[in-house]
Amino acid sequence: MQIKKNIAVSDSGFVFDPTSGESYTLNTVGVEIINLLKAGLHEDEIKHKILEEYEVSASAYDKSFIDFVAMLKNYELVEYAD
Amino acid sequence: MSEKKKFERPVIKKVQTGMTNKFGTRTEFDPITHIDKVPVKELIEKHGSPLYVVSEQTIRSTYQDLYRAFSTRYPKVQMAWSYKTNYLDAVCRVFHQEGSWAEVVSGFEYDKALANGISGEHIIFNGPDKDEAALEKAITKKSLIHIDHFDELYSIIEIANELNITARVAIRINMDTGIFPQWTRFGFNYDNGEAWEVINRIMLQEKLELIGLHAHIGTYIMSALPYGVAASKLANLAASVEKKFGHNVKYIDLGGGFASKNTLKGAYLSGTDTCPSFDEYAEAITSALVRSEIKPEHLPMLILETGRALIDDAGYILGSVIANKRMPDGKRSMIIDVGVNFLFTSFWYEHKITPAQSFSHHTEDTIIYGPLCMNIDIIREHITLPPLKRGDHVVISRIGAYNMTQWMQFINLRPSIVMIDMDGKAHVIRENETLNTVKQNERIPEHLTDINKK
Ligand SMILES: Cc1ncc(COP(=O)(O)O)c(C=O)c1O
Repeated sequence: MQIKKNIAVSDSGFVFDPTSGESYTLNTVGVEIINLLKAGLHEDEIKHKILEEYEVSASAYDKSFIDFVAMLKNYELVEYAD
Repeated sequence: MSEKKKFERPVIKKVQTGMTNKFGTRTEFDPITHIDKVPVKELIEKHGSPLYVVSEQTIRSTYQDLYRAFSTRYPKVQMAWSYKTNYLDAVCRVFHQEGSWAEVVSGFEYDKALANGISGEHIIFNGPDKDEAALEKAITKKSLIHIDHFDELYSIIEIANELNITARVAIRINMDTGIFPQWTRFGFNYDNGEAWEVINRIMLQEKLELIGLHAHIGTYIMSALPYGVAASKLANLAASVEKKFGHNVKYIDLGGGFASKNTLKGAYLSGTDTCPSFDEYAEAITSALVRSEIKPEHLPMLILETGRALIDDAGYILGSVIANKRMPDGKRSMIIDVGVNFLFTSFWYEHKITPAQSFSHHTEDTIIYGPLCMNIDIIREHITLPPLKRGDHVVISRIGAYNMTQWMQFINLRPSIVMIDMDGKAHVIRENETLNTVKQNERIPEHLTDINKK
């Protein structure tokens, strides 16, 4: 799974999807994860980084990541490499 | 190792352009961490979640505001606390200390008022259901009996004659005040002359004293005008009684019904913006009475049975997040431990629900479900909330009216209720239920004692 190539993410957490014309806002952790995804990091690497940086348990992180990815899918911001 | 940063669930939210936010107001974005200076977290740690909290300070200040609005405009004003709205003894006693009489609608409520130290003469007995035993007690104790129907009138006549005690009675009167719905099922109709006819029958009875006239035009009345209409109609009747019988009723009771600041479901504007103030209600009622045909020296006492507007703001229910879920359509849902069985007013109101801890400004449209395994258990269909995680707390505000009396022991045991006193001290005023609370009234037939035997 990766973020679609043409999606623009600003540092302040603003996301623009040129295909649909929709824009989105992200909170801090959201920006960080989306940027890591865009940089091509694997899920496990992202998890490792976040757990190191933030005060959060692995299970709490996992739950929130599943939910976050579900939203990215729902907004059609991700694609799956074949 | 350096300290780690505070984690907040990652959130992405679509930017809605050109649309006003219909899901809530900015105030819901400030956390409520304390109630009357007591930390919410501490209350939950000590007394569990969910937890009802009542603010004595808010009860007293709201009462004083209402009383001031009327007493500065009219010479004789008396409040009667509407027991059904919240009949926890501690709550009733705060109102009684402030000077309220009691307004009850059943034998059970009547006895509760007596047990709270209210004398019979200061109990207003309303409602369609007063059995013979209750009427006998109320007549003996000189209570103010508000007659709802002819069957009751004739029961009272019989009992009063038998006891040879004069019953102090008023009649409940329904009428057109320009609002819909008209609550015509209670009392006698003004507009078709029925109320006047009943008054005439009462005046002929030796053992009945017509002491007052009563109307309760409905609840959550969002305009002051209908109260002016109701007050004039009752004053007209009082003036007619004065003229025909030379008798002056001692009081006019306009019931309850003032809107609380809650927001009705589907309302576009918040209740804090749309509800009349106490001053507006007071102006409408008192000016109608003062302008009426009643002679100034005989102006009756004005009684109010205000319920929700006096207690809603003083009540809170604290809850905790059980889970977050993503619906198949992408909508976020959150399950909390407060269900409609403890917050049945969520069927009418869009209750204000606020996180009890700080959070970032990122929010999502959310549906809030209660914990019951029942499809109807929805606390808010749309609300804008920041990310909350399992175990976080929420504060639901303005729930003091009706929830602590119409709650249901259903699926879960009912939680504790605490009152925070004027000095910020929390007192348990009703213990949480236990399995035994439920079981103690159950009886098991002999043949079912052993479940291994058939
Ligand atoms: C006779 C009577 N008085 C007073 C009240 C209190 O009404 P509210 O809570 O709308 O002020 C009620 C409530 O239904 C009532 O029936």
